[in-house]
Amino acid sequence: MYRYIPATEDDRKEMLGVIGINNVDELFNDIPKDLKQSQPLNIGAPMSEIELKKRIEELGNKNSSDLICFRGAGAYDHYIPAAVDHLISRSEFYTAYTPYQPEISQGTLQCIFEYQTMIANLTGMFASNASMYDGATSAAEGAMVAATVTKRKEIVVSKSVNPETRKVLKTYCKFRDIEVVEVELDEGVTSIKDLKDKISDKTAGVIVQSPNFFGIIEDLDEIRENITDKKTKYIVYTDLVAMGMLKTPGESGADIVVGDAQSFSSGLAYGGPYLGFMAITKELIRKMPGRIVGESVDQDGKRSYVLTLQAREQHIRRYKATSNICSNHALNALAATICMGLLGKVGLEKMAEQCYKKSNYTLSKILETGRYKLKFNRPFFKEFVIEGEESPEIINEKLLKNGILGGYPLEKEYPELKNTSLVCTTEKRSKLEIDSFAKRMGEI
Amino acid sequence: MEKLLYSKNHEWIRKEGSTAFIGITDHAQKSLGEIVYVELPEVDDEFEIEEAFGVIESVKAASDSYMPVSGKIIEINEALEDSPTLLNEDPYGAWIIKIELSDEGELDSLLDLSAYNELCEEDN
Repeated sequence: MYRYIPATEDDRKEMLGVIGINNVDELFNDIPKDLKQSQPLNIGAPMSEIELKKRIEELGNKNSSDLICFRGAGAYDHYIPAAVDHLISRSEFYTAYTPYQPEISQGTLQCIFEYQTMIANLTGMFASNASMYDGATSAAEGAMVAATVTKRKEIVVSKSVNPETRKVLKTYCKFRDIEVVEVELDEGVTSIKDLKDKISDKTAGVIVQSPNFFGIIEDLDEIRENITDKKTKYIVYTDLVAMGMLKTPGESGADIVVGDAQSFSSGLAYGGPYLGFMAITKELIRKMPGRIVGESVDQDGKRSYVLTLQAREQHIRRYKATSNICSNHALNALAATICMGLLGKVGLEKMAEQCYKKSNYTLSKILETGRYKLKFNRPFFKEFVIEGEESPEIINEKLLKNGILGGYPLEKEYPELKNTSLVCTTEKRSKLEIDSFAKRMGEI
Repeated sequence: MEKLLYSKNHEWIRKEGSTAFIGITDHAQKSLGEIVYVELPEVDDEFEIEEAFGVIESVKAASDSYMPVSGKIIEINEALEDSPTLLNEDPYGAWIIKIELSDEGELDSLLDLSAYNELCEEDN
């Protein structure tokens, strides 16, 4: 296949002559030699378009796309109605950029308004922004808000928060000179004793996750009670699906609620795109990164939507910004809005109930095999930790041969949790699938 | 406005014993336009001269408010939280913060009314 570079050898010589050098490499003389690629990229020989297409298809077919999924750990296989993909594929949605001109983007603005309203209602908070990149960055941005408002340099985070979220948090904090202090676990939940020891008058914010990384429902009220310093912000990472049956973080006194709405937007797609959300109290609304769309009326009294509050710092006070967030996941937010709208209140409640019941059923079937035990005996939502004799990697390899994606091995992130697996059952799993999964687990 | 002193950043200050009230000038509120939000510091916060102590947001801009002199915040005008337009309606009545002066000598560096009026005219 010909490389489509229009300049000929002669063109190139002429251009180099004009700027007075002999070859292209001289343009890059400022880059130290040891940083330069010393050999050509190892990507094989050029191919024709037909060959290339075949090769990529071959590689693509190596992916398993029809596995029965019992894995969660931050990415969930939930039901997303077919209408969602169909509607977001309309070009007026997927080509729309930030709606700065309200007169031509009423539809987009209304979508964002609906999204914010749903997120605020589900989390029990005053307001939500228009979406963020993913749950991990939302949590880190939440920490930044806490640090800015309190002018403090320490964030306390529970070890029951998703390890990947904690890694992103640490990256953000490192470059702001904010110290991240981790709270130990007590039987799969945040240790209240250790939390008390680690909170001080230096703590800007406390981050906990509920349902936590192990699927367990944390006692958000008890944690709130232990954050006695009025300045310290309470940041709760949550799962919107769980909001169908659990008390909202807002009701437990959260100042900032963050999380990932991938469950309602993109499904499982090889690592992305995800959809971060952030909701906040009235007191903190002006410190929230991103933008807010409000509902108003136009000069004829007709209902209309407008960017009401986008932190002014984004345009005219950038050097004072609490965040560099200036774009968001609008299309994913729209997908989540449509999904939540289609499910409705009753649908969401049923979805949550099914996750809860089916995961409990899965556990009971796994325990029946007599080969595993429940690691933490606490109420969980859709994920739970089991412990066996065999390494989860070996179990998963065998499951994979039967078309099943098994639980998430925890030892890598939690060395003390040897031979444990985090199993997830969503509403999508049928009784047949669960029974078959448990049976296979018992045979290993 | 005889008793007031002014900063080049368009704040006014009225000294009362060892304390002083600080607000923004009529010229400042006119330049900002309709004020929609005032971000206030917290009581006991301490600031150096020329350090930003708050933010005033109007429909067309957001700007910092700077300390005309160094001091510790002893009171904030909470009425501004609900009615930020007080700064438009009565700029010399609606003080923003009350401070304890840390160095009265700094007052000497400020402008009197005629010097301030000159500054505003240059601005215009």
